[in-house]
Amino acid sequence: MTRLIELVGIHKSYNLGLPNEAEVLHGVSFAIDRGEFVALIGPSGSGKSTLLNIVGLLERLTAGSYRIEGEETSGLDDAGLTLRRRAVLGFVFQFHHLLPAFSALENVTLPALMREGRVTSAQQERARAMLAAVGLGNDMQKRPGELSGGMQQRVAIARALVLEPPLVLADEPTGNLDRASSDEVFVLMRRMHAELNTSFLIVTHDPRLAARCDRVIELVDGHIESDTSTGATG
Amino acid sequence: MVNWLGFERRVAIRFLREGRMQTVLIIVGVAAGVAVVAYISALITGLQRNTLEKTLGAQAHVTVSARDDVVIPAREPAADTAVLVQTQPRVQRPRTIVNWQSLVPVLEAMPAVAAVSPMVAGAGLAQRGEASKSIALMGVDLDRYDRIVHLRSKVVQGEPRLGPGEGIIGRELADDLGVRVGDRISLVTGTITDSLRVTALVDLGVRELNRRTVIVPLRAAQSLVGLPGGATGIDLALVDVWAAKALAADLSQRFPYKVESWQEANSQLVSALNAQSVSTALIRGVVMVVVVLGIASVLVVSVVQKQREIGILRAIGATQGQMLRVFLLQGAIVGAVGSTLGVLLAVGLIKAFTTFVRGSDGLPLFAITLAPSLALSIAGIATVCGVLAAVAPARRAAALDPAQAIRL
Repeated sequence: MTRLIELVGIHKSYNLGLPNEAEVLHGVSFAIDRGEFVALIGPSGSGKSTLLNIVGLLERLTAGSYRIEGEETSGLDDAGLTLRRRAVLGFVFQFHHLLPAFSALENVTLPALMREGRVTSAQQERARAMLAAVGLGNDMQKRPGELSGGMQQRVAIARALVLEPPLVLADEPTGNLDRASSDEVFVLMRRMHAELNTSFLIVTHDPRLAARCDRVIELVDGHIESDTSTGATG
Repeated sequence: MVNWLGFERRVAIRFLREGRMQTVLIIVGVAAGVAVVAYISALITGLQRNTLEKTLGAQAHVTVSARDDVVIPAREPAADTAVLVQTQPRVQRPRTIVNWQSLVPVLEAMPAVAAVSPMVAGAGLAQRGEASKSIALMGVDLDRYDRIVHLRSKVVQGEPRLGPGEGIIGRELADDLGVRVGDRISLVTGTITDSLRVTALVDLGVRELNRRTVIVPLRAAQSLVGLPGGATGIDLALVDVWAAKALAADLSQRFPYKVESWQEANSQLVSALNAQSVSTALIRGVVMVVVVLGIASVLVVSVVQKQREIGILRAIGATQGQMLRVFLLQGAIVGAVGSTLGVLLAVGLIKAFTTFVRGSDGLPLFAITLAPSLALSIAGIATVCGVLAAVAPARRAAALDPAQAIRL
């Protein structure tokens, strides 16, 4: 069976060919299947964010192989990477990263607008339903600046999921939130995972959160230290 | 094509609205630049048209006359000998154009020629009582000559007629001689004296001309100048005044006559007009460069300010092409909105000019209008400039590394 994503022997170096060349990832291999809920943990500086950027096609790998649904990505040009990103990936960032000039609803319809140049009424409905599902049915017209951190992150999750990508990448999605909001956001992600069968790869340094994921990959100094199934169900 | 550039348009407009102050400032800047360009263009066009109308109103676009008399050496010098001679230039006596009667229909048949008028010109004196004034005598056919200089529209008094023994004279000459419409004056040229009845007074727009002009029937002039059946010149009016030079060159190649265009006859005026046009073009160019630099600098700042948003958009699937177009579109919007306001401002300036700047007679100095085609082309150019100004910032935005942009 083709894996959703499959990384084999990933190396990543910065400042290639310069005196200050530094290798951050030293041969990382793992795969994620459809419907998995995976935590990526590790101390800061271990290369988590770099790895997530590589999985998210935002950075290129230096050596190794990265296949999405069986297709090798390392040879793709920028346009090819962007199209893959659109088709397969949703992003949730630590600092919400909504567009401040757009309302919550407009932020959620952006991916559709970007693909087709317009938002059909069906897509509009879908975005509304998505925002309602994350508990923001009454705040759709508000700008991100008028929403709390937890609410902003829920908008970001709605945006990441609105076109139902097979894989959502989340970089410290709760890193900036208090405990109550962070629980809320996490529960929301688990619920979406259950409802849509979307795979999640969540970078976190919160062990409490990691323990509630199905599988935990631990990255230390650019190596995979451990890759274990927890048997947790959220 | 309802959703043409839908994403780019939305994002571009939002970005512009978000940077409210910057956007307002740059649009005002573009408007000011476009207003200056449009106003200057309209002003200079109006001024030049006015000058040309005044100049060409009293003269033919092209004149054909007999070639000057030159001294022809009795014998061709041998090829390898240099001959040192001192030659007295010949006297230029009044001469008729050979065969002018058959030349007139040939000229009339040319598509570029609007009117043809044969004439006899000479010098003489106008006398009445003790007053004697030197004059420039012109013998013409009234209908034909009217089509060259619109003589009838320049009549200030009387009913223009050129029957036998009748004539039209300049307003100042009438004052000098103390004549009114209907009075008689004597014309003296060399040996011949003739008298004429003044049927109308004309104002040709130039006082010196008014002081000297006497217009008589062709036949009367022929006998006064001593060229029976002759014509010293043929005046042409053209459909397009600017074709005069080329036509004159063409005619002097084809016919053994001296052909002069109004540009050659008014070379100083033409070079002044050219200098004016060149300066206007320079001013327009410099203003446009300033506008382009203004738009570019605002967009460069905007790209830096919006790095994070650009990174997010790229991460969630915007292509490099889309980011490029978002910023090109911002340039186009600023150019289009700014130039629309600028054209309106220019219309206001022109209105102010025609209202407040008036000649000594209380009438506007000359008509200046902003032709819609000129306004449209200026606005179009400004919009294109906006897009051009956006090229560098847009490429920068497109080239941003999304991973780095997000981290900021």
